[in-house]
Amino acid sequence: MDSFLPGAASLVDCVDKKLLVILRDGRKLIGWLRSYDQFANLVLQDTMERMYHGETYGEEYRGMFVVRGENVVLLGEVNEEKEAHHLRSLREVPSAEINAILKKEAEARKKMDLVTGKILHARGFCVDFAETDHY
Amino acid sequence: MLFYSFFKTLVGQPVVVELKNDLSIAGVLVSVDQFLNIKLDDIRVTDEKRFPHMMSVKNCFIRGSVVRYVQLPSAAVDTALLQDATRRENSAEK
Repeated sequence: MDSFLPGAASLVDCVDKKLLVILRDGRKLIGWLRSYDQFANLVLQDTMERMYHGETYGEEYRGMFVVRGENVVLLGEVNEEKEAHHLRSLREVPSAEINAILKKEAEARKKMDLVTGKILHARGFCVDFAETDHY
Repeated sequence: MLFYSFFKTLVGQPVVVELKNDLSIAGVLVSVDQFLNIKLDDIRVTDEKRFPHMMSVKNCFIRGSVVRYVQLPSAAVDTALLQDATRRENSAEK
């Protein structure tokens, strides 16, 4: 028997391991999985958020997380060796710096979407002006 | 439950899973559950430039609700059997 809960059966072997969790809003959390359930609700301990931009990355300590399952895209077991190798090819910058860049980019994208939306709408297309995350 | 059973027959096959955020992941299918959550091993991301964070990961669990497509090796799919199973499931419901 590989699980006691039918459903997210296969997460059993991820408990107490260091996981990379990708959320629907694009955030990447790296932490230790302590608990989960059939909806893939997660409890993560000692979580770091990692942000990437081009050849740079930034990290920020976030602590304990309960993630509601619907926001989970993917979880992967972090291979420390591969991670170290991968991070060596990038340059670490303060997380505030990278955060500011990402925020600016997101705002620019939002503005652009609004403009294209207005043009499409003027030509008779149905446009959802609400924020959408493609999921 | 038909697709769950179908995916169970594909365990061990190389597949490509495309997610709704355009991330596509190639790997070996390890396990699947009734929500069609998928576990992959030996993963490789097709577009590593856009998704650099995936480079530190070897195996992963994908939540079924974020999957857009699964590409399967056609040799591993018996369409005649699948058709039969579909009819059987349909008649069982009535």
